[in-house]
Amino acid sequence: MDSAAARLAALRGAAPPVNHDARTLAGLSANPGCARRALLDACGADKGKIARRAGHPWQFGMSPFALARGRDFERRLKDNGAALLLALLRQELELPLEEVAYVPLETVGDNTGRELRHRNTCRRLLAAAAGREPGTLFDHPLLRLQIGGVPVYLEPDLVALKAAGRFHVVEIKSFPVIDGRADPEHAAAAVKQAAVYVVALQEMFAEHGVDPDVVATSVVLVTPKNFGNTPTATQVDARKQIATIRRQLRRMRRVEELLEPLPPGLTFDLAPDECGRPTRPPEELTAHLRQVPSRYRPGCIARCELAGLCRSEARERGSLDVFGPDVADVLGGIDTVEAALALAEGTRAPTEEQADIARALRHAERLRAELAGEPARPSRPGTEPAGERAERPPARSAGGAA
Amino acid sequence: MSTLAALARLRAARQGRAEPLCRVRHHHLTDEPLVLVVLNLSGEATAPLACMAGTRRDEAVTLTVPQPRNRDLRQEFYRELAAVVLAHIARCEDDRQELPATRTRPAQPICTDAPQLVVANRPTADYLRLMGRATRFQRPGEDGGDQAVAHLGQWLTFFTERAEYPGSSLLLTLTEQLTAHWATGQSRLEDANLAKLLAWIDPPDGLDGARAALAAENPVDFPPAGPATDPTFDEVELQPAMQAYDEAVAAGDEEAARQAAARLRQAVAGQLAPTWQRIWDGLELLRAIPEAAGCLRRWEDDRLRFTAMSQHIRDGGPPQPIHDRAVDAAIRLASLERAQQLFDDQRALDDPFVLAERRTTGEAFGGVVVDRDLEHLGQSPTGRPVRRPRFTVRTEDPPPYDTTRTLASPRHPGKTVRICQVTPDGPQAHLILLELVSGMGNRKELPPDVVPDIGETVCYTPVPSWRGSPKYPAAEETPWTHGGPPSQPGDVPQPEEP
Amino acid sequence: MTATDLPDASAASEAAVRAILDDLAALTAPGAGRGVVVDSPPGAGKSTLVRRAARALVAAGEQIMIVAQTNNQVDDLASRLAAEAPALRIGRLSSTDYRGPLLGSTVVRVATKPAELDDCHITLGTAAKWATVEGHHRRWAIVDEAYQMRSDALLLVAPQFDRALFVGDPGQLDPFAVVETDRWAGLAYDPRLNAVDVLLNHNADTVVQRRLPVSWRLPPSAAALVSPAFYPYTGFAAGTAEEERRLEFTVAGIGSALDETLETARRHGWALHELPARHTQRTDPQVCGAAAALAARFLARGTVERCEHHPDGRALTPADIAVGVVHRDQADQVRRALAGTGVAGAEEIVVDTANRLQGREFEVVVVVHPLSGRRDATAFHLEAGRLCVLTSRHRHACVVVARAGIPDLLDAHPVDDPVHLNVPVKFPDGWEAHHTLLAHLEPYKTAVTG
Repeated sequence: MDSAAARLAALRGAAPPVNHDARTLAGLSANPGCARRALLDACGADKGKIARRAGHPWQFGMSPFALARGRDFERRLKDNGAALLLALLRQELELPLEEVAYVPLETVGDNTGRELRHRNTCRRLLAAAAGREPGTLFDHPLLRLQIGGVPVYLEPDLVALKAAGRFHVVEIKSFPVIDGRADPEHAAAAVKQAAVYVVALQEMFAEHGVDPDVVATSVVLVTPKNFGNTPTATQVDARKQIATIRRQLRRMRRVEELLEPLPPGLTFDLAPDECGRPTRPPEELTAHLRQVPSRYRPGCIARCELAGLCRSEARERGSLDVFGPDVADVLGGIDTVEAALALAEGTRAPTEEQADIARALRHAERLRAELAGEPARPSRPGTEPAGERAERPPARSAGGAA
Repeated sequence: MSTLAALARLRAARQGRAEPLCRVRHHHLTDEPLVLVVLNLSGEATAPLACMAGTRRDEAVTLTVPQPRNRDLRQEFYRELAAVVLAHIARCEDDRQELPATRTRPAQPICTDAPQLVVANRPTADYLRLMGRATRFQRPGEDGGDQAVAHLGQWLTFFTERAEYPGSSLLLTLTEQLTAHWATGQSRLEDANLAKLLAWIDPPDGLDGARAALAAENPVDFPPAGPATDPTFDEVELQPAMQAYDEAVAAGDEEAARQAAARLRQAVAGQLAPTWQRIWDGLELLRAIPEAAGCLRRWEDDRLRFTAMSQHIRDGGPPQPIHDRAVDAAIRLASLERAQQLFDDQRALDDPFVLAERRTTGEAFGGVVVDRDLEHLGQSPTGRPVRRPRFTVRTEDPPPYDTTRTLASPRHPGKTVRICQVTPDGPQAHLILLELVSGMGNRKELPPDVVPDIGETVCYTPVPSWRGSPKYPAAEETPWTHGGPPSQPGDVPQPEEP
Repeated sequence: MTATDLPDASAASEAAVRAILDDLAALTAPGAGRGVVVDSPPGAGKSTLVRRAARALVAAGEQIMIVAQTNNQVDDLASRLAAEAPALRIGRLSSTDYRGPLLGSTVVRVATKPAELDDCHITLGTAAKWATVEGHHRRWAIVDEAYQMRSDALLLVAPQFDRALFVGDPGQLDPFAVVETDRWAGLAYDPRLNAVDVLLNHNADTVVQRRLPVSWRLPPSAAALVSPAFYPYTGFAAGTAEEERRLEFTVAGIGSALDETLETARRHGWALHELPARHTQRTDPQVCGAAAALAARFLARGTVERCEHHPDGRALTPADIAVGVVHRDQADQVRRALAGTGVAGAEEIVVDTANRLQGREFEVVVVVHPLSGRRDATAFHLEAGRLCVLTSRHRHACVVVARAGIPDLLDAHPVDDPVHLNVPVKFPDGWEAHHTLLAHLEPYKTAVTG
């Protein structure tokens, strides 16, 4: 093992590495500037378990209903040799009628070992590229990308081969397309995921001397249509997402840069006991995590298991990060709550560089002070002017706990 | 975000509770709005699981669907919801008066009041829009279609469309209403969570906003406001109850089915009730804030639209098409832009906080009058000399960018001025030369009070301008650039497959 | 795309214009297509094309209307047409409060109603004014700056003509709407799209698409960057040869960092004046001050420009220099700084936002980088069109002023743009364009300390 891999393993500790998949790879571009996340992802640490041990469990999960719906939808599409899916794709990709053959790649004989499945996938796809293979729909091919020296196995729902010789990645998702429109964030996540598969396919072909251009840069999303269960297929140009994934992968390969400034002895090991329960002291774990700089933004809450921890750290430090970039923008250059308020209230003298922003803040503060004495305009005669609005709103009813 | 709003957030973080923003309420609150809390089955587009509805905190109707995927049960839900919503709407439909003609429109009937819907958050409003889409094309007699449900769909579509207009109060989203008046010490993303928002505005005793908000993230004590449910609730309580129901139905055991449905109903009620209480808490907070002067005019607009829609449905009018056609889209864009501009300008006149915000961005300014010329003469369009008093204001606010707009002061909104010149006065101030445009009267004597005195502090902000809109071609005359006349009368969706 | 020799560039340009005029001539036949769209990169002779096409259509017996987007554009086109073709009757449709330079003109008839201009060969007006007109019709229209026109503005004037020539620059800023709604996303006639996109969504078969292949404004150093970065599928070449445009300083420098940057700009047509990395508010006094100082320095050094129009050299005047920014308050800051430089004429150097610099041309441009000093990039600041406008105004050199750290900012930028189905993906990608610009500028960097 080379030194970077060794150091990553030391960071992770005793636990086996978490497997990357397309969703986590796609998630790399969620916050590329965050060294903390990048490092934890690179060493394969379980961010969820670490966050929980550090006292900030992550609340987001998938509902069993959503999971069941997704599985049912895919199953219907793939029943009977993928009859429904075939019909759909034939229409969408204009596959000619005769040349349709369905190739399930989920298992190879009785052996479902990944390396073996991957080799089989490569063999069939390369044969298809060379025209030696009649298959047209490859179900659950197993692709592979090398990330930081570690093979990451990726499993798209489907890869379809159009007669003209291009391979299309097909992703089956259960969010609906209603009147030709889908939730833009769900669509974005699906396309990013599909882009990872496109890159993996391109790399595989390139490795074996086939022109990667044979992989189409537009992906096919198969989703429920409107309010029922009828499927519909939509082609989406994924060139931008593909370029982004490639950029992120190049960054990931520079993991040495992240490792370099770290103090020795740093580890996120949870020290599990014989039953697997973590015994690592939470304060120590937190202290180690804080040695790696983070880049907290409110968007992290929905995307990263460590968000609670990073948010709490930002709040403790009085950082403006807790509020989000729109606040930090306006206060340009000042980066703590205390500094900004002190400059606004005039209790701190600005440095030369802060002179301009301090002036703007004091101006705003003056306006606010004027407001405190200013009565508001009432809407109807007889309504009392607000004058000083009651500082304390009326007490709530006891509606907290269920 | 304005500097004022940003500093307010910082102050909120420092003091551990929310900091006031807008001083007046720019949306109208009816006496008995219909509050709706809705839950949807995860993974489905519109498979309503439950709804709590009512016009008073202590009078709620709870509807539940023990198997949301079952189309018959779903239709039954829609029928019950339609009964509640249509009854609420009907209360306002018959009480009409005559609205006198104005320059821009003829005399017409208008309902004296209009119904109002209140939801917790934006996703719920979007969900109502989807429900409207799913139901408004039903046809009675076809495939189990129901007239009342179709009307429900048209109404839901109407309310959610109106909500796109910033000044409209027909459908209120509570998180948006509250964040207009309070800056929390967290991010705006987190403000979209009603429980966390209220935790900052009114934290329970002994806790500061940050800790209260953190506690409000716990879905056990603070179930999500909907339409999405908590995944753990789904797994631990909902799924077993639903499974029990499904098995009972499959076995033909009616009693077991009823019990399973009751168990599910109880579980779901536990998810709805906290949000229900929170919405009413939020409404109380909003009611305590005085209503802005501009609300009446905007509510009148809402009432006019409501009256027209009511008439349309009574006349058996068709449901709103799926998509705007080219001309409709252009018209709608222009109206939305106009409505936004009017709303922004009006709020600045009504609300000292909004005015103060504008003073930090160069859209409005305030200062001291340092000079005036009551006898200044200008030229009327016909060339006659005419009195146009002028005065100069010295301001330390950023100078106004758009010097072409007509301005007015909140204290005298009818007396408009225009900017003649802006000159710097030292490194931090500017002198703004203003000329009166209206409000001078026709007589020789200038009315008193028309020009502020020297030494008086004044503020000026752009006035809402009621410019006429251009004339758009009729749909049948859609030009070739935009695809020519639409071939279909309006998109009607194909029947859905189950 | 590399620079071509002058004769070839002229020939290519002329051939393109002739093809367009031939298209127009072919369209006058009944049953032929509906129009021509011409993509015109910066400084490609768009205005000349519009005037030639107008005169050609009139010569073929048509009375035409011209739709421009701003009053300045209308005035400019009208006066030049009147000067070039004194025999034609040129009318300018104006609003009642028009006070522009053509008021009282004897060569252009100014009126507020099209009926008063009914016998004019060419009637010009802004899109906004044409939208208020009723009962007016022409067989032919020319729509100028069509890529900056919003789809709903086109909808309002399109019923007034049967066929049109649409000319514009696809690389510059798109029109926008501040309204937040998804309801038209994916519709072919989304009212927020630009006019050309909507036109082509509906009439790809009946509208011919052409482009002008040569920029007469940008020197080869600029075309080499701007063409691939902002016009990836419709590239262009510079119309002048490598050594044809030159700057000279007639006053000696003092070897300061400013002078070093000026020298780089003189030699290579580009320069990056880099201040130390810091997060600042957008009216960064040091960056705005440096931009002002650089612009004023060109004046103070007695800069002389030599080009194909002035082979013997011409001293730069303040009007030849512009400082481009993103926000109006930055423009104010720069103007204040210019007044403080003490350089004669500095106050007349043009300072404006990208929005308002569109369509304008200068000898030398100083740009305050949109991402300078920012903690986070936003879609607004990353927009390719904005950067394109700022870096394509110059005939000789462009100096970019920025704080260090922008490549890291770009690298750290989370890419989570929403995806709208059935909306074609727009190229160039803003992020890529920014990256390309900085990579290109790296060898021309002067890093200022402190």
